[in-house]
Amino acid sequence: MSLFLIVALPFLGALLPGVMNPAGRSATAGVTFTITLAAFVGLLTNLPAVLNGEVVTNGINWMPVLGLNVTLMLDGLGFFFALLILGIGLLIIAYARQYLSRDDNMGEFFTYLLLFQGAMVGIVLSDNILLLLVFWELTSLSSFLLIGYWKHLPEGRQGARMALTVTGMGGLAMIGGMLILGQIAGSYDLSDILQNRDLIQASPLYVPALILILLGCFTKSAQFPFHFWLPHAMAAPTPVSAYLHSATMVKAGIFLMARLWPVLSGTPEWVMIVTTAGLITMVLGAVIALFKHDLKSLLAFSTVSHLGLITMLLGTGTSFGAMAAVFHILNHATFKAALFMSAGIVDHEAHTRDIRRLGGLRHLMPITFAIASLAALSMAGIPLLNGFLSKEMMLEEAHHTVLFGSHWLVPVMATVGSLFSAAYCFRFIGHTFLGPVRDDYPHTPHDPGAGMWLPPAILVTLVVLIGVAPFVAEPFVKLVTASLLGSAGEVPDAHIKIWHGLVPALYMSIVAVAGGLLMMLVFAPLSRLWESTPRPEAKVIFEAIINGAVRAARVVMHSLHNGSFTRYAMIAVVTVLAAGYHAWITGAVGVPTREMQAPGAVAIAGWAMLVAATLGIVFFHRNRLLALILMGIVGLMVSIAFVFFSAPDLAMTQFTVEAVTIILLLLALNFLPNRTPVESTTLRRFRDATVAIAGGLGSAALAWHYLLRDAVATPISEFHLANSYKGGGGTNVVNVILVDFRGFDTFGEIIVLSIAALLIYALTETLLDGPVRRRLLNRTPDQPQSGTRHPMMMVVLTRVIMPVVMMVGFYIFLRGHNEPGGGFIAGLIVSIGVVMQYMASGFSWTAARLKYPYHGVIGAGVLVAGFTGMGSWFLEKPFLTSDFTYVRIPPFEKFELATAALFDLGVFLAVVGAVMLSLESFSRLARRADMPDSDHPMDIDPSREKPSPDLRTPEPEAH
Amino acid sequence: MSHWIILPIVLPALMAPFIVLAARFHIGIQRVFSVVGVLLLIALAAGLAWHVADGTVIYYRLSDWAAPFGIVLVGDRLSTMMVLLTVVLALFVLLYAIGSGWDSRGDHFHALFQFQLMGILGAFLTGDLFNLFVFFEVLLIASYGLMIHAGGNDRLKAGTQYVLYNLIGSTLFLFALGAIYAETGTLNMADLGRRVAEIGPEETVGIRVAAVLLLLVFAIKAALVPLHFWLPSSYAEAPAPVAALFAIMTKVGAYAIIRVYTMIFPPDLDVTSNLLETWFLPAALISCAIGAIGVLAARKMDRLVAFAVVGSMGMVMIAISLFTPQGIGAALYYIIHSTLAAAVLFLVSDLIRTGRGNVDVTAQIPMAGTFLTAGMFFAGAIAMAGLPPLSGFLGKLLILQASVSADLVVWVWAVVLISSLISVVGFARAGSTVFWKSHGTLPDLDTDENKEVATPPTILSYVAIGGLFALLVLHTVFAGQVHGYTTDIARDLFAPQAYNSIVLDTPGKLSKPSEGH
Repeated sequence: MSLFLIVALPFLGALLPGVMNPAGRSATAGVTFTITLAAFVGLLTNLPAVLNGEVVTNGINWMPVLGLNVTLMLDGLGFFFALLILGIGLLIIAYARQYLSRDDNMGEFFTYLLLFQGAMVGIVLSDNILLLLVFWELTSLSSFLLIGYWKHLPEGRQGARMALTVTGMGGLAMIGGMLILGQIAGSYDLSDILQNRDLIQASPLYVPALILILLGCFTKSAQFPFHFWLPHAMAAPTPVSAYLHSATMVKAGIFLMARLWPVLSGTPEWVMIVTTAGLITMVLGAVIALFKHDLKSLLAFSTVSHLGLITMLLGTGTSFGAMAAVFHILNHATFKAALFMSAGIVDHEAHTRDIRRLGGLRHLMPITFAIASLAALSMAGIPLLNGFLSKEMMLEEAHHTVLFGSHWLVPVMATVGSLFSAAYCFRFIGHTFLGPVRDDYPHTPHDPGAGMWLPPAILVTLVVLIGVAPFVAEPFVKLVTASLLGSAGEVPDAHIKIWHGLVPALYMSIVAVAGGLLMMLVFAPLSRLWESTPRPEAKVIFEAIINGAVRAARVVMHSLHNGSFTRYAMIAVVTVLAAGYHAWITGAVGVPTREMQAPGAVAIAGWAMLVAATLGIVFFHRNRLLALILMGIVGLMVSIAFVFFSAPDLAMTQFTVEAVTIILLLLALNFLPNRTPVESTTLRRFRDATVAIAGGLGSAALAWHYLLRDAVATPISEFHLANSYKGGGGTNVVNVILVDFRGFDTFGEIIVLSIAALLIYALTETLLDGPVRRRLLNRTPDQPQSGTRHPMMMVVLTRVIMPVVMMVGFYIFLRGHNEPGGGFIAGLIVSIGVVMQYMASGFSWTAARLKYPYHGVIGAGVLVAGFTGMGSWFLEKPFLTSDFTYVRIPPFEKFELATAALFDLGVFLAVVGAVMLSLESFSRLARRADMPDSDHPMDIDPSREKPSPDLRTPEPEAH
Repeated sequence: MSHWIILPIVLPALMAPFIVLAARFHIGIQRVFSVVGVLLLIALAAGLAWHVADGTVIYYRLSDWAAPFGIVLVGDRLSTMMVLLTVVLALFVLLYAIGSGWDSRGDHFHALFQFQLMGILGAFLTGDLFNLFVFFEVLLIASYGLMIHAGGNDRLKAGTQYVLYNLIGSTLFLFALGAIYAETGTLNMADLGRRVAEIGPEETVGIRVAAVLLLLVFAIKAALVPLHFWLPSSYAEAPAPVAALFAIMTKVGAYAIIRVYTMIFPPDLDVTSNLLETWFLPAALISCAIGAIGVLAARKMDRLVAFAVVGSMGMVMIAISLFTPQGIGAALYYIIHSTLAAAVLFLVSDLIRTGRGNVDVTAQIPMAGTFLTAGMFFAGAIAMAGLPPLSGFLGKLLILQASVSADLVVWVWAVVLISSLISVVGFARAGSTVFWKSHGTLPDLDTDENKEVATPPTILSYVAIGGLFALLVLHTVFAGQVHGYTTDIARDLFAPQAYNSIVLDTPGKLSKPSEGH
């Protein structure tokens, strides 16, 4: 079967359990089993090739530039691990079918399990190390889901998060390591990397790469000091623990060390780091395991210890060590999976895993007892079981290993580790199964159905078979070892035998077993001593670190993002100033190319007024009305400046915009208090002033600089001046720029204006539905109201001048193309005419006389402008291409017709609609504020000094 | 001259007023027109992207005036790719807005939505810097309207800050444009590239300051720390579909930086040398870190996603700040990814809001549709945190690899990887609290009160999110092809001869090629 299919089957199949879930638990488990079986059989079809020493490869390109390709390879090592993953997977699935209760969602469980299985198979079959990283992180993610499967347990959630954090951290470090490795080797394919041992070990980047990769391996395989997550992952359902912690997840780190062994091992750094970590983990795990009362915790720490053992074997860097490691991986997978499943059976039947509440189970569950005892004895290293063989090999290897210049350090530590290992195995058997039968089990246990004990029984059969007849396994172990070693070493000649003669390893083994038995005799006082010794509790420390990090993050975030806009603005201004200053000081300042102009009296006067008005705003800004008036002055001065610089169009536009803006703002002021409260301290205002002044000076300096220098080439405005009449049919260059040269900008800007009006409308509508409405209804004006809301003089005057305003608007509109004017200004002028009606005669009176909804006017304006632009398509010209012609209709003189005028009409409509819709929105607020309004244009309000409660009249038309 | 390239701007620009004019009171009709409009846009965008895929540059003279005197639209591989990304995102966001009923909770949603699209698409397609300003205005004002859609005090407050901050940006944009026009006398991008290259070494401050001011404008849009303060609150408070659409808005800033600082101010230009090296990459690194810290610190799901967006923009900026073809190629790949991932997460956080009435990261009663929502959150978080197997991981690898020759490579790797870890922890905490811990405090589900809270989202909502997620998967599966394309784009940007010659050497009304020069 194609390797792709073997890897893909679990992923594709992961959908099925979820789909099959309603069909029942057996069906769900059945499809899962079938999928795994298919992958397993597919793997076995490749066995002949692997036995011939061939390397099966499949590959397609994914991101060749990155060096990330979906290339898979199957050699002895990969086959070995894949066999463990899929084989034990099959047993676990069968076991889980019986283990999970009706309350558990089995579809969800098996979906996660298959995802995890696929990721694991992916790791061991990857040829590309970046692809391996992908699967690596996938195991972290899918194990997160598996460990947290029982969501109702806080331990499950915490354990899942801890596992994800620790292994995720390792994974990220490994990303760095793998990238460096690939950079050194020039390829991310293992088949290339493994050929480059010398190149890699000579590189100055070897040590960083090694450390980062080992971080990944150590976190995944729970090596000291990252061992602490593994026991907490035991909150998962037992099948998960059995799977993750015997054959799969924790072996991923071991696998990777084995995989990269040919290129990374053998250097002093490798030996020192890997052997030390393995040794410490082995002893520490074994010691802690002995004193654990929870069966699964005991097994978890024993797993930690055994992983340390394998790591240490890989760390020694010899071929024999590698072979011992391979053999122990096999043995550990068999006996540890069986042990976890047995613990699960005990838990399932007795409803407790607390070793202190158990004992005497051998009479009640003889089958379980037999299975568990054989597996545990194998773990303890008792002859005729497979654990003995690999432990002997380990002790033999330890005997020859020199660490930190010491010949005795490793052997002694290894013996101590084995001693504790034997002790906890004896305790596992003794305190659970031996002793008298008790009568206080939470639930009376008995042997489960065959579905539950058969999977561990199959494993224990292997344990015994290999233990009694090691020659059965030897060829396979040597095959795997050969593929692990690659070109970096020769498979050792030594045979795996039960009896090697009276070698040191045997004595060490005897010491360990005897010591273990001895320790069981004095377990009670030892345990008391252990309980009374203060120990760092990894979980507490971990939680403290994470919670501390969260708190620190919150402090940082809260102090940074405290919601004060003033501060955000200040940071922005300071940033801009700093970056601008940096750009300035790193550049060269040349000499000005333009002469200074004499300012003249008018300019100075205008400048003085502008400055005075601006300063006035700063000092009087708390009085809103005054500030508004001063802003009006600023706007006027800007208009005058435009006149001064011979830009009458701009001046007119600015002037009318100012007028409309001030009117709208006055209406808005109506709903605000007259004065702004003081909200910041003097010190802060001083700070803000400093920043503001710096910003102003910066802008001024820039303006000064640019005004004194010519552009590097002729500005494009020269072209506009030269061609405005010839190409645009207008002598008013500004208008031609607006509607022709850059008509598209204008098209955009009228849309901006239209959107603004629409959003003012939408905003008003939502405001009126919300709490604002209540506030408006309860509002009392804070100042005495004018006696007459519609002064007669004003009413009469506005009506009289209305036609005049309309005519002026029309005139301005028409002359726009050649003289100052245009649709924009005309629109504003006409709006002012209508606004005056509102102000003088009241909104109800005016609204009743308006036929067209403003939304429609806006829409029509944009559509007219748009369709005008599209009209040129029919003449095979681009959007907005203008055309003009001269016509003569008697008795008028010859006049010009330009398509630009049609576009200008769109502008006109959009402007009128936008201004009026905004105005109407304000008046809606006023109306909702329950202000009286009559359909009559004039009335006399008797409540001049003392507003009566039903006649409060602060509306816009009455100031 | 074919008019296809202007249609993505004109179509929404006319669709919106049409909806206002004719369908103001009928949400059903608005929906039909809005969806049809977006579908047409997708067809247009796909056609344009297909047309330029071989490196052709399409060019359009507005009002028939040639560059640099008039405004031109230019469609190259970069701009059409961004256009396609925008409209595809828009379709799913729109479907979600309809499915969840967000569009009917205020006025003028669909009109503003169309205007918003017009602004974004215009910004991608224009070849003129001032016209870019105009489109920035369009998209800003439309986005403000969308942001405060449906109202509410917090939203209005955040909206006010959003619009004020962006007005600072607009003002700065005008300053920068004034400065650039004063220095060069032109506004067309291709022409600018040519004229800036002519500036001599004796007088460089003017163009340097102008270049930096312009960059800061785009940096505000792209939410580069410390100019990001407008983003977290406004994205968190905006209606979810709007926030999802806004995922593309930060990319407009990134796009502008890519466009301007390769074609106008290329990295090897003498007058602007050593201009950005000192602070741009460090700022990007800080953005990346701040984003991750914000994810960890967040007490609400929507704020968490908003900070994830800040972080992902940091990643984009890291890649851009290298100013190499590899860096830009990686940045573009990551931009597509981060847009889709952010949109997915914003929409998923709205599912949580629909399910239980708020998005607090606290244990609450279980909500309807938890399993599916949790799965979508998990997938979205994987994408956003840059874990395998989704495109975020590939993008991260690309960025790490592109930075190998940078001076600060160690910093880049450390910050990127550690930030990833922090956001993984943040996402895991938030996800397990919201989706798992709720099982711990299970009250009686049969009471009427709880039933009322738990209204399952509509199928259309799931379809919309699923569609975005499917795009993420495609982006992952076809990573090789997509990245190949973005690398080609990056090469074009560093050798813009084709672009420049077609823009500057095509005659228009009353002008011969390069007359103004």
